[in-house]
Order: sequence, then structure tokens, then C-alpha cells
Amino acid sequence: MIDGINLIVKRGKTILDIATENGIYIPNLCHHPDLVPSGNCRMCMVEVEGMRGQIIACKTPVEDGMIIRTESQEISLIRQTTLELIHANHTQDCTNCYKNNQCKLQEVTAYVGVDEKRLNSLRRTKPIIEEDGSNPFFTLDHNKCIMCGICIRTCDEVQGTNALDYGYRGFETVVSTFGNRPIKESVCESCGECVVRCPVGALYPKEEKLPTREIKSVCVYCGVGCNIYFGIRDNKLVSAKGDKNSIVNKGRLCVKGRFGYKFVNHPERLTKPLIKKNGEFVESKWDEALDLVAKKFSVSKGNKFATLSSAKIPNEDNYVIQKFTRAVMGTNTIDHCARLCHAPTVAGLVQSFGSGAMTNSIDEFTNASTIFSIGSNTTAAHPIIGLHIKEAKRRGAKIIVANPKEIDLCRFADIHLQQLPGTDVVLLMGMMKVVVDENLEDSEFIKERCENYDEFIKSLNEFDLDTCEKITRVPKEKIIEAARSYATNKPSSLVFAMGITQHSHGTDNVLAISNLAQLTGSVGKESSGVNPLRGQNNVQGACDLGALPNVYPGYQKVTAPEVQEKFEKYWEVKLNPDNGLTHTEIFDQIEKGQIKSLYQVGENPVLSEADANHVKKALDKLDFFVVQDIFLTETAKYADVILPATSFAEKDGTFTNTERRVQRVRKLVEPPGEAKDDWWITCEIAKRLGGSGFNYNTAEDIMNEINEVTPIYGGIKYDRIDEVGLQWPCPDENHPGTKFLHKDRFSRQGGKGKFFPLTYKASVELPDKEYPLILTTDRSLYHFHTSTMSRRVKGLESLNKEELLLINPRDANQMNLKNGEFVTVKSRRGTVRVKTNITEICPKGVVSLTFHFHETPTNELTICAIDPVSKIPETKVCAIKVEKIDHK
Amino acid sequence: MNEKLKETFSSFEGKEEELIPLLQKVQENLGFLSDESMEEIARFIRVPASMVYGVATFYTQFRFVPKGEKHIMLCRGTACHVKGAPRIQEEVENQIGIKVGETSEDLKYSLENVACIGACSLAPCAMVNDSVEANLSPKKIEKLFSTSGGR
Repeated sequence: MIDGINLIVKRGKTILDIATENGIYIPNLCHHPDLVPSGNCRMCMVEVEGMRGQIIACKTPVEDGMIIRTESQEISLIRQTTLELIHANHTQDCTNCYKNNQCKLQEVTAYVGVDEKRLNSLRRTKPIIEEDGSNPFFTLDHNKCIMCGICIRTCDEVQGTNALDYGYRGFETVVSTFGNRPIKESVCESCGECVVRCPVGALYPKEEKLPTREIKSVCVYCGVGCNIYFGIRDNKLVSAKGDKNSIVNKGRLCVKGRFGYKFVNHPERLTKPLIKKNGEFVESKWDEALDLVAKKFSVSKGNKFATLSSAKIPNEDNYVIQKFTRAVMGTNTIDHCARLCHAPTVAGLVQSFGSGAMTNSIDEFTNASTIFSIGSNTTAAHPIIGLHIKEAKRRGAKIIVANPKEIDLCRFADIHLQQLPGTDVVLLMGMMKVVVDENLEDSEFIKERCENYDEFIKSLNEFDLDTCEKITRVPKEKIIEAARSYATNKPSSLVFAMGITQHSHGTDNVLAISNLAQLTGSVGKESSGVNPLRGQNNVQGACDLGALPNVYPGYQKVTAPEVQEKFEKYWEVKLNPDNGLTHTEIFDQIEKGQIKSLYQVGENPVLSEADANHVKKALDKLDFFVVQDIFLTETAKYADVILPATSFAEKDGTFTNTERRVQRVRKLVEPPGEAKDDWWITCEIAKRLGGSGFNYNTAEDIMNEINEVTPIYGGIKYDRIDEVGLQWPCPDENHPGTKFLHKDRFSRQGGKGKFFPLTYKASVELPDKEYPLILTTDRSLYHFHTSTMSRRVKGLESLNKEELLLINPRDANQMNLKNGEFVTVKSRRGTVRVKTNITEICPKGVVSLTFHFHETPTNELTICAIDPVSKIPETKVCAIKVEKIDHK
Repeated sequence: MNEKLKETFSSFEGKEEELIPLLQKVQENLGFLSDESMEEIARFIRVPASMVYGVATFYTQFRFVPKGEKHIMLCRGTACHVKGAPRIQEEVENQIGIKVGETSEDLKYSLENVACIGACSLAPCAMVNDSVEANLSPKKIEKLFSTSGGR
């Protein structure tokens, strides 16, 4: 009973929870529903009959028969005095404050009241502390801080970064970073979660305005697919807020999601079609540009033509682009950057399980008992999945990280396996050897759900632990410990990314993973499975919708006559029965003069493709090169015609995230200048070339067509995904979507999973006397891919403005390198100049670079040795040397 | 990691509850708590560095700058205060060119305030390393800390 009102309540809730749920106000300042109650503001005190003194409502669980009073003379007096003490140290300039009218202190003060006279005598004795404005996205004003600790607890409980804590406790207490340094120089990841939760104006965003209206859409950076409410004012994006009800991100965002949208408003956006005349780009009318493109394309149909589609544009656009390539240009040579990231995943998992996508949902990670992350810098490349893993850890899960580098996730790891780059098969097979030798395998699962086990078991003999230790450099005790944990502490979930795939034996790596999962029965179950984290916002969708040379939408084989017939009937045109060429092969064929015209949408291979110099040479050879993009990228400079496209903020459509969830992308603002939707542009070219079936009016029209020809997308309708996205397979309009794959049977033909015997294959280019170090590539939290978008966000650029070569102190000492000095990095293919960052993050013998910076084109160093099955280049391992620059 | 730190850590297990003893031991061996040492402690016992800093700044026994060759502890107790300790502080600060809580760049001097050194009959007074300097006056301070005086 609260204040005489009888309430029936659930056990385990606190007095404050119950009061709030029932519309009874109890003042509070330090409470936040996402955080563990700390009870430090002393505002929510109540009296409970039979209990002495005042009780803190936010920390006291309700019990049967409790009689609670929220007000008394004593409560009132204590609250008022406490509040006056807080006000005494608080800046009294509400009209100038960002939080004016939304301030928790104002709210509580209005309810509790203060005695003005007494307050004036208590007024500030502390000197004014200067604001910390070092972070490009937000400011910390200590003078407004009320010491509720919500920022500190958010940074700990939500983000796991712990950039903040109380410092100088006592009269001088402040919220402090380590060493009380400016926030920008601390470990802060600028996610802004603390800013969102600050109840007063102590932490407030810079250059953010209150919006006129908000529209929900999906983030355009990584494959997690966070739901965001974007704020719009005067046809500009002015704010971003995580959607609390989203099952994907639960309101949380990373620095790119929350602040990275600002590129949309950038003045360098392409606004008019450009045609290269005498080496210079000249603005033109749409009709002129489209007529020219159609004329040139008309003479290079069939195998003289290639399309590179985009993992950044919606499903609908990808569908239209592949339809154009196949139905109008008469070739299956269409590919996109998935070739450079998860091609081995698709190739490998299709062979072993029948489907190359994440088997579980993102939301299932938090209930896993073991999470094994291999070859994934999760917190940098998929920050919100990183948060799910951290949450699992807090709930008691064991975290195993296998990564050549001591990545940030290692802070949360129970076991860190630091294998040498390129030795994953050995590490995984070693773990499987332990599982088999110690009889930890799931025999029932293997017998009932899998095949080819005996063949596989024979291949394990090669991997005794001493050999494994020698090749991987991981102590065998650690291999044993990891194997036991993964095999016994179930449910076990495995996470992987580019560290597994970008190898000349990438498909083998993926098969090793699927072997391990089948061996321990850790797949096809809730919170237990094999989870490739897809990199781009819509790389899953671009693959699903057939922007691949060997499959039509929905992974229907190009070479299957019945499939070809189906599409010929639907599109009313004769189709090419042969598989097309892959990304890497396209550039080879351009260089050989076979492919004459290239149509490229939203991609930047000059920076992203391995052995980038080879790409540049090839592009110079093209007869006709069309680039469709939102900015003038490094690659666009080679184009003959550039067509300005709309960004994610200016169009309708759908993105499919890494967990196969198809989510609505909505038009937020009008496009800049004459920029057009990708599907519209492609349709216009198609119509000019006589293509039929390109008369769509809206993106939804295209989705309706997708529904009909793509069984896995059969039931995905706009009205069904208005609020929450659906996960494919979703064959019809009554199907609820699929939370996790392979539940009772694998989607492979025959319904069984397949084991694959494996052998160790070394990386193609190993270090030697001349090139003694291994170069591996990585990602930064603050940038995305070739940074076409992220480097056009001033704040992201200022948080990470240049490439740094991570190198172990022992290697650096040998060459007498200083931290931060420029060095030359050379491989057999190229040379770049870069500053050093001497750090233990990299083990001896291994150095690391990202590829975010055009000034330091890392992919001019990498090797284009390709995996024979999936054709992915080996961007994770090549041999390099580092040279000191002689300043004489 | 610094060899001295490694040696200091060798007698600990790396548990969270060892934080304060670790801080004390490191200060004993290094003379103060450097940023590097606190970050290494955080790694060693697997807690956030911000928390180590939060704990360390709570206790006055921990210092974050190295001590100078001459470590001056100015008494700000009641007796010294009455006898003009604020002026003495000003004078010392002028003379050696650093403020309370700082260490001079050449590591010759460090200066801090203490509540009382228990020598009230000698007020105003200070301790310089282990010896008490009594009945301080501007003149005496000049003599004690004069940079030109060759001391």
C-alpha cells in the first residue's frame, strides 16, 4: 500500500519501480531505469510502517503487506536540505542551459521546493571549474554536475569503457577521467550514452538542435542495423536518438551511429551528373548523362560488361541493379564488396550448413554461457554487438577471444588465444582434437544431424597439440582450456569476421568453425550457433538480392535450368546460363581488355581492393566507366560519367542486417541538388536500352516484385515491417520470420550438416629475410571502410585523424624507432609512409594498419592471393618491411 | 613494463582487493604514483584505470608528482596560521617558483601543505625532508631556498 492506495505487485521490484508504474511520483535524481540503483541522491526516501527512519525507495524491494508513505514532515525537511546543498554547488543559469525544461533537477525542485534564504547562505564556495570541451561531440560542465553518478555507471554498466569515475572524493569531488585528463585524451569512446542519460546539463551535445520532427530509420554504418530516431529541422538532420524499443540496439548507439550521420549535410555531396570532357568533370543535365551512358553500354553488352553493386544501398536498389545487369546487359558478371569480406562464409557455410548467414539473433548473445570471438575486433567493427557480449559477461558468460592482437574485447576475456595471423585452421583443429580426446563431443548431435564425420576425424590426427602450439604460438594449455569451455559451458555461441575470411584459405577457416560447432552440438539452438558478423549495413541484403555472379535473388543458382526458366518467364527475357565473374576476376579481365565497360555503384575499390595499384592500372584501361555515388570518391576520379545518388537519409527502402532482419529505411530529408535514388537511375538507363519491367513508382513496388521471385523474402511486406523488421527465411505473409537457423534440420540439401576434413595451408606470403614482418589489417571504431562518409564528419575525423602503424616495442627497438615518427612500410607491391604507434597490442613480428585513410593506402601493400573457392583476397596476411626515414 | 614495477608486482597475486597495498608499495618504490604505474596496476588487478585513480586521489597519502630533492612540508596548523603561515607560503612559492602541490622541473624542490607537524612552539614552521625549520620569516626563507645562495 502506497499513500493509502492498495497495489498488487510483482516480487523483486523496488518501491520506486512500483510507485512509478502506478503513476505515484517519488522525487529522484540518481535513478535510471537502465542502471543498477545506487541510492546516492537521497531524494527518494520514504517511510515504511514498522521500519525505522527513512528508507531509500530505489534500493528497497517491495514486500507483502508493506505500508509506505511518500511524504511526511521529516521526509520533506530532509529532501529540502539535501536539495539545497545540491543547488548550492549548481550554476544558476537555467535559461542558458541545454537541459532547460527537461532538467531533472528543475523537476525535483518544483516538487520539493527550496528555502531561498537558507540556500543563499549555502551558495557555492567551490571555485568555478573550466568546462571540458575537448570532445568534438559533447561538453562536460562540472559546475552543473549534481554527482548522481549516472554517467559513471553508464560508462561502466552499459558501455564497459569506464572512462569516468569519481575523483578527489570529499569536498572537491569531481567526475573525473583517469588522471583528470580532458575527455578526448581519456579512454572515452565518445558513444554519448552518458550524455543521453545526464539528468541535468552537465554533459550536453555540441552543435545539436532540437528537431522539428523525428523519423525512425536504420543506421548506415555497420551490419548491426541499429534503429535510430533521426531529428529533422529545416531539411537537415540535427539529432539522432537510439530506439529504446528496438530489439537490435535497445536504444544504445556507438559513436558512428549517434554522431556519424552528419556527412549527409556535407557540402561536397554530389548534386549534378558529371561528364568527363577533356579530362575535366563538367556538370550536365540528367538526360544528357543518361543518354550517354545508355549509348556506351549498348555496345558492350554480354561479357564486355560488368557491374559492381553496393552493400550500402537498400535491397530494392540492389534488386534493380542485378535485374538490369542480367536482363538488359545479358551477363551475370555482377558482384559487390561481400567478395572482399564474407565470400568464404557464404561458400563455406553453404557447404556445411546450407546457408551462409548468422544462425542466431543478436539478442541471443546475452544468454550464451560461452562466447567465442575469433577474428573479429567486435567492439570496433560491430560496437553494439560488442555491448551484447559485454552484457553476457556481466551475466556470467565465459568470453574466449582468439585474435593475433590484444584487442579491446580482451579486457573482458577469460581466455585470450593470441594465434599468429593465418593459423586459424590449426588453432581450431587443435581445439577439436582436445574435444575428441577428452570425449567432450556431442555424439547424439553428430549421429543424428551430421554426416561425413569419419572422414573428418581422420584429418584430426595431423593436429597434435605440440604441432599446434608450434604453428599458432598459442600455449597448448590455453588451447585445452578454451576447448573445454566451449564444449562444456553451453550454450556456446561463436562469432567471427574478417580475421577468419580474408585469407587464401578463408573457406577452410570457415569450414573449421562449422566443424567445431557441429562437433560440440553448438549450432541450430537458441543462443548457440555460428555467427559471421557482416560488415556493411546492407551486405547481407546485397547478397540476398543477388548482387552476386552465381545466384539470382534468394541464392537461387544461375546455373540451374529451372531457376533460369523461372526468371526468364518473370522478366520476359532470355537470360545468360553461365556464372559471371567475381570482384577480383573483374579487374583481371578489365586489365586483359576483355571487359570494356564498368558500372559501379557506391564502392571505392581503389582503397578497398587488395593490391590497389593493380586496380588503378585496370581502371585506366576501361573504355567506359560509370560511377554512381554520393561523394566524389578516390575511385570516382577515374570515371567517365558520375551520377549523383541519394544517401540513406533521402530514400525509402529496406536494409537487411547481419542477423537477417529486414528493416525499413525511411526518407528523412530531400536530396541535395538533383541527386536521385539508385533504383531510379538504373531504371532510366535500363529503359533507354529497351529494358522492360523497369516502371516502378516507389521502392515498395520493387519489394512487391522481390516477394514474388525470392522465396526467403516471400512474406516481407512493408506494412509488416513498419515497427519491427522480420528475419528471413520468411516464405509467406503469415510466416513470423526465423529467429535462429537450422533448428531441427539444416537447410542443406538432405537436412544434415556436413563435416569437412581439413589440412593446414600456410598463408601465401610469409615473412622472410627481406620482408621480415607480417602485416595484418584492422578497423578503427571511429571510421568506416574507406571513410568516404566518416571522414566527412568533423568530429570523427578529429577523434582519429591519421593512420598509425601499430608495432610491438621489441620490433620498434630493433629498428630504433620512436613513437610517432614517420616510417616507410614496403611490401613487394607498394610503399606507404605512416606514423608509428609503439604498443604491446601487436605481438612481436606482427604489425597492423587500417585502410581508412587515402593518404596511407594500405591496400597498395596487401597481396591479391585469392582463396580458390570463394575468390577472396588475402588482406589479413602479407610480408612487409618497415624502414626508418633518413632525415639527413 | 618498467622493471621496477614488475618487481613490485611480483609479491602480489593480482586481485582487486590488493589495490591499496599495491598503491602503497609502488609509491614506496617509485617515490610517487606515475600515470604509467597506475595504469599498470589497473591492468594487473583487472579494474578500470579511472577507478584506480579515483581511489588514489581520495587518500592524501598518495602523491602523483615525484618529490623534489628538498621536499618542503609547510605547516598550516592553527598556531602557524595565526603566526602568518599564509604569508610564509607565498614567500616560499615566490622563492622557489612553484605552487603548493607541485614539483620544480629540475626536481630540486617539491612543496606541500600539511595540517600540523606538532611543533607549535616553533611556529611558523616547516619540515624540509626530515628536519624542522623553525620560526620562519621572509628573510630566513630567502636564506634557506635562495637559488643564488648556492645552497
